[in-house]
Order: sequence, then C-alpha cells, then structure tokens
Amino acid sequence: MEALDIARWQFGITTVYHFLMVPLTIGLGLVVAALQTAWVRTGKEEYLRLTKFWGKLFLINFIMGVATGLVQEFQFGMAWSEYSRFVGDVFGAPLALESLLAFFTESVFLGLWIFGWNRLPKKLHLATIWLATGASALSAYFILAANSWMQHPVGVELVDGRAVMTDIWAVLTNNTLLVAFPHTITGAFAVAGGFLLGISWYHLWKRRRDGIDTVDENGRVIVGEDAAIGRDKTDHAVWIKALRIGAAVAVVAFAGTAITGDLQGKLMFEQQPMKMAAAEAACHNGTSFSILSVGDVGARNCDDVKTLIEVPGVLSFLANGDFNTPVDGVNTLIPEYQEKYGTHLPDDPMYGEQAGQEIDYLPVMAVTYWGFRIMIGFGGIAAMAAAVALWVTRKGTVPQSKGLMRLAVFGILAPFGANSAGWIFTEMGRQPFVVVPNPSFTGIDNVFMFTAAAVSPGVSKAELLFSVISFTVIYLALLVVEVGLLAKYVRGGVPSAMPELVPGNGHGGDGSDGPDGTAGDGKPGGRKSDDVLDFAY
Amino acid sequence: MELTTFWFIVIAFLWVGYLFLEGFDLGVGMLMKLFARDERERRVLLNTIGPVWDGNEVWLITAGAMTFAAFPFWYAALFSALYLPLTLVLLGLIFRAVSIEYRGKRDNDRWRNRWDWAMALGSFVSAFGVGAALALTSTGLPLNENGDRVGGAFAWLTPWAVLGGLAVVGFALVHACAFLMLKTDGEIRARARRAVVRWLPVGVLPLAVWAIGVQFTSGELMSLIPLAVAVVALVVAWVMAYRGREALSFAALGAFLLFGAVSIFAAMYPVVLPSSLDAAWNLTIENASSSPYTLKVMTWVSVFGLPVVLLYQGWTYWVFRKRVTAESIPAVHKVKVQ
Ligand code: HDD
Ligand code: HEM
Ligand code: HEM
Repeated sequence: MEALDIARWQFGITTVYHFLMVPLTIGLGLVVAALQTAWVRTGKEEYLRLTKFWGKLFLINFIMGVATGLVQEFQFGMAWSEYSRFVGDVFGAPLALESLLAFFTESVFLGLWIFGWNRLPKKLHLATIWLATGASALSAYFILAANSWMQHPVGVELVDGRAVMTDIWAVLTNNTLLVAFPHTITGAFAVAGGFLLGISWYHLWKRRRDGIDTVDENGRVIVGEDAAIGRDKTDHAVWIKALRIGAAVAVVAFAGTAITGDLQGKLMFEQQPMKMAAAEAACHNGTSFSILSVGDVGARNCDDVKTLIEVPGVLSFLANGDFNTPVDGVNTLIPEYQEKYGTHLPDDPMYGEQAGQEIDYLPVMAVTYWGFRIMIGFGGIAAMAAAVALWVTRKGTVPQSKGLMRLAVFGILAPFGANSAGWIFTEMGRQPFVVVPNPSFTGIDNVFMFTAAAVSPGVSKAELLFSVISFTVIYLALLVVEVGLLAKYVRGGVPSAMPELVPGNGHGGDGSDGPDGTAGDGKPGGRKSDDVLDFAY
Repeated sequence: MELTTFWFIVIAFLWVGYLFLEGFDLGVGMLMKLFARDERERRVLLNTIGPVWDGNEVWLITAGAMTFAAFPFWYAALFSALYLPLTLVLLGLIFRAVSIEYRGKRDNDRWRNRWDWAMALGSFVSAFGVGAALALTSTGLPLNENGDRVGGAFAWLTPWAVLGGLAVVGFALVHACAFLMLKTDGEIRARARRAVVRWLPVGVLPLAVWAIGVQFTSGELMSLIPLAVAVVALVVAWVMAYRGREALSFAALGAFLLFGAVSIFAAMYPVVLPSSLDAAWNLTIENASSSPYTLKVMTWVSVFGLPVVLLYQGWTYWVFRKRVTAESIPAVHKVKVQ
C-alpha cells in the first residue's frame, strides 16, 4: 500500500464514522426542539418527558460527533497538504464560515440548554435548543458547500496552477449544493425517525409484556399503571407519541430523499457522467435502469457484466426526465475523458508512486453500483416498515410479538446504512479525481485535481499508518461505549433522564457522594442541591 | 492596513482566545487527577467547566479553519509537518470530550476513574501538543521550498517543541487554579488560591522563557514593549492572588497571556512559519495568503461574526456566574432497567 491509499482509507474511515453521529444529531436534535416547543405551548407532562428522554440520548450521541468532527477539520492539512494548497483559496472559506457561524452557536447554546434547565426562563431555554440545532443544520449547509464544490467546482478560476475564488456567492449557491443539502437533511430525518420508532416500540412492547397495557376485543389499547417508577399512564402516552411521530417522520423523510435524490441524479448526469454510468454498471449507452446485474461489476473492464433484470426507460428518466435519452455508457465515456484529461498522469514527483502511470477513469463499479442500490434499498425498506408501523399501532399499542419488537429495534440500523452507502457512493464515484472536472454543459472544466496529487508529500507511510490504526481502534472502542450507554439509558426509560421522577433520588441515599442528608420528597425544589445539574453531569 | 496583516492579527487573536479560554478547561482536566481529592470535588471541578468547555474548544477549530481560509500555505505546511504531534492532540481531545460527557453516565468507581484518567491525560497531551505546535510556528521547522517537511517523522522534536509544550501545560495548570478560585467556594476555593500563590512562578516559567527566547531570534522594539507589560501583569497576578483579590488576579493572568503572545507574534511578523533550512523558504503573510478577494470576503464575515460570538459567549459566562460548591452537586442517580 502506498501513502496515498492509507490516507484515503483514513479519510474514508474517519468520515464515514463521523457521519454515523451526524445524521442522528441533526435529525434528533430538531425533533427534541419540536418536542420542547410542544411542552412549552401545552404544558403537558408527556412532552416534558419526551424532551428530556430523547434529549439525553441526543447528548450521548452529540459528543461523539464533536470528538470525531475535530479530526475531520485537521485532516485536510495533515494528510492532504497538496490538496489544501490547491483549493485553500476557495475551500477554506466555507469551512471557516462553518466554524464561525455554526459551531460556535451550536456548542455555546447547547451548553446553555444542558445547564439551563430551571435556570433560564422557559422560553429563553427553548430558544437555546432551537439555536443549537438550527446551527447544526447550518453547519451541514457549509460543509456540504465545501463538498459540493469538489463535485462541481464553481466560482473559481485557475491562477498559477491553483484554484482561486472569484465569487463566494456562486460557491454558496452551487446547484449541486442546493440539492445535496435537502437530500442530506431528509436523510438525517430518516435516521431520527427510525430511531424514535425502534426505541418506542421496545418500550410499548415491554409494557405489554409486563401486563401493564392490555388490549380489548377490538384491539384497542387499555392503558394500565404499574407501581414501579415512571410506568404510569403518561408513560404510555410518551411512547405511543414518540412511535407515531417517528414513523411519520421516517415516511416523509424518505419521500424527501426520493424527490431530492432524483434531482441529484439529473445533475450528476450533467456534471459527472462517469459516476452515473458507474452507478449503473452501464457499459454501453442505453436507457434502461438495471435492477440486478451480475458478473464482476467490480471489473475494470466491461466484458464481464451481464444485466439480468432491467427496466426500460428508467435510467433515462433518472438522468433526463424523459424515457428515451440514451445515457452514455462507460465504453463511450472513457475515450472522451482520455482525450480531455490525458491517458497518463504527468511524470511529476507530486504524483508520488503514480507519476507517469496510466489513468483509470472508471471508479470501482462494485462500490458505485451497490452503494447506490443499498442507499435506496435500505431507505425504502425502512420507510415501508415505518408505514406498516403506523398502521399496526393505530389502536394505541404494539403487538406482543417479540420478533416484531426485535425487528423494529434492528431496523434502526437501516437508515444509517443508507446514509453511509450514499456517501461512499458519492465520494468513491468521483475517483480518480478529488476535485472533479465537469466535462459537459456546465461548470468549469480546467479546475480539477487527481486524488493521486492531493496527498501530503512530506508525510511518511509510517505516520499515516500510525494514525489510521489509532483512530480506527479508538473509534471502534468508543462505538462500543456509546452504543452501550445508549442501550443503558434506553432500558432505563424516562426516569434515566429524569431522576426527579424517582422518589428519594438525589438525596444522598447511596452514600457515595450524596452531599445533603436531607430526606427528600422527590419534588424538585424540595432539596438543597442545584437540581439543574441533575440533567448534566 | 493590508488585509494580510489584518489576517495575521485575526489568527493571533484566535490563538490567544483559544489559550485563554480552553487554557483553564484543559487545566481543570489535568487537575482532576492533581488537585481534586474525592469524588465530590471532582464533580465540582467538572461542573465549573461543564457549560462552557465545548464553546471554548471551537476557538481551536476556528483558528484552524481561518488559517486554512486566509493562509492555506501556512495551514498545509504546519499541519502536515506536525503530523504526529497533531495526531496526538486529536486523540487527546477525543478522549477529553468523551470523558466529560460519559464519566458520570455509569455509577461505578472503576468507570469513573478510567474516564478521569482519560480526561487528565487527554488534556495534558493536547495542551502539550498545541504548545509545541505554536512554539515551532514561531521558531521554525525544516521545510523545503514547497513547504514540505524534510528530515522524517520526528524532525519537529526540538527543545523549542518541548519548551512550548511545557509552556502551555504550565500556564493551563496555573490558569485553571485561578479559574477555580473564581468559580468555586469553600475549601476548594481557598486551596485553589494557595495553589496559585505557590505554583504561579513555576507554571509560567516556560512560557516566559519562550517569549524571551523568541526576542533573541527575531525580536525588535515593537515586541519588547508587550513583553515588558506581560511581566508587569504577571507580578500583579501573583500579588493579587496573595492578597485574595481573585478576580483581579485572574484578569492579570489573562493579561500576561495576551501580552506574552502579542510579543511573540509581533516578533514573528511578517513571517508566519520560518523554514529552518533556508530563510528564502520562509512562509510569510505575503506568500502564504489567499487571494485578495478571499481575504476580503473573510474580513466582512469576521468583522460581523466575531463580535457576535464574543457577545453571546460572554453572556454564557454571565448566566453561569454562580459559584459551584459541593452542596450544589446532586447525588449520582442510578439508571435502572425498567
Ligand atoms: C451533513 C452534515 C455534516 C457533514 C457532511 C460533516 N459534518 Fe461535521 N458535524 C456536523 C455535520 C456534518 C454536525 C451535525 O454539525 C456536528 C455533529 C455533532 C456536532 O457537534 O456537530 C458536526 C461536528 C463537527 C465538528 C465539531 C464541532 C464542535 O466542536 O461543536 C467539526 C470540527 C466538524 N464536524 C468538521 C467536519 C468536517 C471537516 C467535515 C468534512 C469532512 C464534516 N464535519 C462532515
Ligand atoms: C465536506 C465534506 C467532505 C469533504 C470535503 C470530503 C473530502 C474528501 C477527501 C479529500 C477525500 C480523500 C480523497 C479521496 O480518496 O477521494 C475523501 C474521501 C472519502 N470521503 Fe469524503 N468528504 C466529505 C464528506 C464526506 C462524508 C460526510 C463522507 C461519508 C460519511 C465521506 C466519505 C468519504 C469516503 C468513503 C472517502 C474515501 C474514498 C476513496 O477511498 O476513494 N466524505 N473525501
Ligand atoms: C429514491 C431514493 C433516492 C435517490 C434517487 C437518491 C439519489 C442520490 C444520488 C443521485 C446521490 C449522489 C449525488 C452525487 O454524487 O452527486 C445520492 C447521495 C446520497 N444519498 Fe441518496 N438517494 C435516495 C435515497 C436516499 C436515502 C433514503 C438516504 C438516507 C437515508 C440517502 C442518503 C444519501 C446520502 C447521505 C448521499 C451523499 C450526500 C449527497 O451527495 O447528498 N439517499 N443520493
């Protein structure tokens, strides 16, 4: 493996990992803000519980997004210094805007939210969560502006071999960005929807298993109560609300990804025709969308790919909105690329070990082909399941089946998978370029960069190996810790985020560090300690 | 003023802001193992920085991203040359961030103890690494014509790097004690004050040596004046701590940092990253900067954005101005499976 490959693996591993946390942060954060708004408006206890419970899970996840985001910010300079030099003039700006306008707002107001319970006036406290989560969405906008620029360079010209910005507005209103942003945000909501759905299903199922809730002969729920902490009637309302909100969010979010994804496909056809062809494993020009192709779609030549099932016209529709525009296949595109951008990399030391080698313009087709299908497939399955869940729970609770409960919990993973697949497809589909030239119609054709030229020349293989191994090992360990904590707080139900529901809690009962011996009656305010800290650490 | 000069000042400002703010929360992180005596004290420490640490850390991200936008060649050369130390900084910051959020999430001594170590060591490593990076920025790295490091993975490991590392660690520890005497009450407050009085001269020594050392290599009158002011501020900080004037002492320590850093940056100007191999390869505000258009855009954004950030971040400190005491710490609450 050369330094280049290690650097790419590192970027891939760390970003995909970062993007496990990101969609949950964005989607769940906005849901929590909406729930708290409902509480402030109606004053209903169940909304308070919903806010605190989901807020707690949100925070456990949020911190990992922060920790892994830092790595992303530094990585461009550390491992991709040539890239940073080439694009810095235009690419640094959205990153700087992101930290100044979004990250500050996000972290400062989230701190206020966590520690502001009972300390800030209610409405002001509500405003803090909206500011924090709104800033998360804003950060997504800026970072996607940077990413979209790599896919479709705009607002620049080439000066002394570097991309120099001529129009910031063009960068911030890149048409690639305008569709990638809603696609990513709706994808994030798909994650949040599945998360709410799976976890609430589990709790409703447990209430049934423990005989608290039962159903009458029409299948309508009869809500019961249990002496145990926090398992009152409101508890049922909490979970059924969360479940139905989650399912609805999941269905709508998928529809959103489908609409925006369709628009993205049309842009991709114009801007990155090779990615489009590779996504289809389409060797020859044609109009059909392949549902299943066999053979070696990973092969670097097309002889081996056989299409088994295909739908006429759909590919053309995806690309161009009608049913009979033939889409260029790989065999047509490669000679075009070779003519425009050469057949061999220049014999220049900046290309490292790849200097002078032949350029392979075809991305790894197995990845693009399956990445595209996994994204749509997992997203679609999750949305269908959510629609079924809406139907099944219309009478107020879930069936007693353990298998269904397991399926619902397991189903949380599907939208995560769809998101990762979408990114892996997008990013690997633009190879061998790190900044993609836009050969046809639109865009700027002379600002591009081969990935082989982007890596830091001064950094050794050993250093890269050290960092990629440490990040991977530590990320894996932290993933186990995070999932463990999420599971623990999920199992604890609402009281895990609201100790005040537990009589006598917080009153030195366990002796380990209870500060005050005052016997409590469980009511907030009835004790000496600053109960705002209950929600924090 | 030339925009490049303006941006040099902005970057310097961001670094000082970072060291001032995150200085005390990195220090508090280390003090989890050096100062706190029992679980309750550890939780007091944690809760003094709880609402603010993440906002403080964004200063680092912003310093990095603004350098990328305004001086891409500086960003590329510095970050790739310091590949190993920055990797360690990142690992340190990861552990620190996660430990703050996770240490209290299980009621188990071993669990908490492990995260306390993660926090203390993570804070130490990241403070040291940032210090080393900044010291090398001011004194130079073996860079070739293209701005790439020569000499292998450890070429950066010089006495300057160690001095810079110790400078930030030492300052962070003292600064954290000063912060604790402002933010806590009772026994901890008194102990923190005694710690400032006792350790201040030792803690800031490396920083002072660095600031003075830089004057010998590239100093001039403009950078000597702030150095003198810094020394005065230091004496004031010490005397005020001794007299129990906590707020004044904290402020004076901040002034020491500010003027010390100003003297270092002023001595560097207009070089942003010297090459120790050949002065012709130095990165300067001219040859490392972005195009005038990009600088203009970034200037507009910062002129409006930064003051707003300062305002609302200042406001959080006001909201959480109340001292944290052992009494304000609620008991650990157990999460039970329903
Ligand atoms: C679509 C959204 C999205 C994408 C593509 C990325 N991020 Fe991210 N990032 C977020 C959305 C986000 C977020 C939702 O805003 C996070 C997650 C948790 C958080 O604190 O904010 C975040 C956190 C986060 C942080 C920590 C912020 C803090 O301390 O508060 C940094 C430094 C980055 N990211 C940087 C990056 C970089 C350099 C990326 C490109 C490779 C990247 N992120 C991809
Ligand atoms: C602004 C956002 C992003 C930028 C600027 C960016 C930039 C980059 C860069 C510089 C590389 C290395 C060069 C290469 O191998 O192609 C890369 C690779 C990669 N990125 Fe992104 N990326 C961004 C977002 C993401 C996200 C959110 C993900 C997924 C979660 C992602 C997934 C990948 C993957 C999988 C690779 C490896 C590709 C390969 O090995 O061929 N990227 N990206
Ligand atoms: C019918 C459904 C969908 C279609 C037609 C579709 C289409 C697309 C296309 C064409 C791209 C590539 C854009 C490019 O490389 O320029 C893309 C990327 C992506 N997709 Fe989808 N998609 C669909 C569903 C989903 C779902 C359900 C999710 C997640 C839950 C998802 C998440 C993503 C992500 C995260 C990316 C990468 C970021 C981006 O470029 O916006 N997609 N999608």
